[in-house]
Amino acid sequence: MNAAADALQAQEEVAGRSLWVDAWRTLRKNRAAVVSGVVIGVMAVLVTVGPWFSPYSYDFTDWSNLSIGPSLETGHLFGTDTLGRDLFVRTLYGGRISLMVGLAATLVSLLIGISYGAIAGYFGGRLDNLMMRIVDILYAMPFMFFVILLMVFFGRNLFLIFVALGAIIWLDMARIVRGQTLSLKHREFVEAARAQGVGTFAVIRRHIVPNLLGVVAVYVTLTIPQVILMESFLSFLGLGVQEPMTSWGALVKDGSDEMQSSPWLLLFPAVFLATTLFCFNFLGDGMRDALDPKDR
Amino acid sequence: MFRYATRRLLGALPTLLILLALAFFLIRVAPGGPFDAERALLPEIEANLRAAYHLDEPLYQQFGRYLWGLLQADFGPSFQYRDFSVTELIMTGFPVSLRLGGSAMALALLFGITAGSIAALRQNTRADYAVMSASMTGISIPNFVMAPLLILVFAVYLGWLPAGGLGDGSPRNMVLPVIALALPQIAYISRLTRGSMIEVLRSNFIRTARAQGLPMRKIVLRHALKPALLPVVSYLGPATAAVITGSVVIEQIFGVPGLGRFFVQGALNRDYTLVMGVVVFYGVLIIAFNLLVDLAYAWLDPKVKYS
Repeated sequence: MNAAADALQAQEEVAGRSLWVDAWRTLRKNRAAVVSGVVIGVMAVLVTVGPWFSPYSYDFTDWSNLSIGPSLETGHLFGTDTLGRDLFVRTLYGGRISLMVGLAATLVSLLIGISYGAIAGYFGGRLDNLMMRIVDILYAMPFMFFVILLMVFFGRNLFLIFVALGAIIWLDMARIVRGQTLSLKHREFVEAARAQGVGTFAVIRRHIVPNLLGVVAVYVTLTIPQVILMESFLSFLGLGVQEPMTSWGALVKDGSDEMQSSPWLLLFPAVFLATTLFCFNFLGDGMRDALDPKDR
Repeated sequence: MFRYATRRLLGALPTLLILLALAFFLIRVAPGGPFDAERALLPEIEANLRAAYHLDEPLYQQFGRYLWGLLQADFGPSFQYRDFSVTELIMTGFPVSLRLGGSAMALALLFGITAGSIAALRQNTRADYAVMSASMTGISIPNFVMAPLLILVFAVYLGWLPAGGLGDGSPRNMVLPVIALALPQIAYISRLTRGSMIEVLRSNFIRTARAQGLPMRKIVLRHALKPALLPVVSYLGPATAAVITGSVVIEQIFGVPGLGRFFVQGALNRDYTLVMGVVVFYGVLIIAFNLLVDLAYAWLDPKVKYS
């Protein structure tokens, strides 16, 4: 959240009262979105820094405290799992993985989606037709199936998860970016740049892409929770990260296996996961209200 | 309309072919094979097995053989469930998934459209905020979190409903899985309905209807609902295909013998034909439902023409 705020501030200094300043004003009035942003910020700091302050590591087995409930006396704030591992630390570590996968895969989708969409939209004509036809075909693929296949066949490594998930979700981004590019490319400033002899790719990079960022920012906020959800889903099926490392999905899976005897194992990771998804969705909604020109 | 449908189906053939090829070669490239077992088979036996299933032929020939079989509606034999054809397996799993998914979608449509319309009619009131926060919560809580929580509350603590399995097949066993499947759908559908309903209520023909003094209920049911459902319908196509083919997670949690489990099990066991069968089945359903959506569009919105 702070990074976003800084970015917005930086924009403000350069551009005066731009789209971003307007958007920031609208967003600030939306209390739910602001609170969500703050919660996401706190969550990010907590999962990054938190584990350093815990006396336990994520794979440490406390033999004297197997499967105990949350308590202050033992120092296990969220209790321990059946192997005596501290759930608090594991939840934070799981959050690290979940957020990291969310960010990294979104970044992959961003890179592919923006370049693909901008090129298709800007060149138009036959190339556009061909490229969008490919996207249409890919849309009809049951991609979750392919990700499951990939995970089953080539082992469960984190890098593959980033790439596989990123490779699925760029489709939406490409469509949105293409649509925006189509409406941008006939604007005066683009023609002015072209008339001055600026090269095609320089026009795309310097004049088209920066003007797409508003819409892109909205969809990034909405894509991150989607990816986190997909990763959790994979981990839940046992196809995500591998023991003793963990993610929120894997923790929910472990918790739901033990929920009759130790419900806290399900509840804590579930609350962390749901809260994060909830806040990203709310923030994304708020940003859409603030940044999407269609709704003004 | 018929001509349009035919042309669309023909247009979907390349998509289906690409899907087939991708799945087929991806599985074959993967390490491991269907006859890997803890105790290795004698080489002669394995060679015989491979020959019996035509696994010793070059890949393109196997692919051709598979396509030829598909044309005759033959998905081939399962590698893992000996003595069963993939068609038989799909036909045992699909009815279960269809029953669960169909009920869940019906429930989702009923509640989603009602809640969404109410929220739109009372925009920016408490009712609206309540519906919207509830649906945001529904979207944010993944079904693999919701399902165990439902079991914990209604089966373990309250003991009202069975925790899983189909039991003797009575509807009681289906309540929890259907709810778990329906909740996220209700959330999406109510959001979509609210958004488009608000837009439709602002349009000129609704204003005319109100000016003529029609009661609000009649306006919504007769005039506003049909155009407002357009985005819902386009969401329904892929969503229905996904829900009725069985959610892997829901079936695993509730121990329901549906279609979803075949996919993951099949992939783990390198049961080539079973995995292909499920992928093809799903792909065909998605294409069919997308076609249905487009046909429904023309019925809902007279401005849309088949082209």
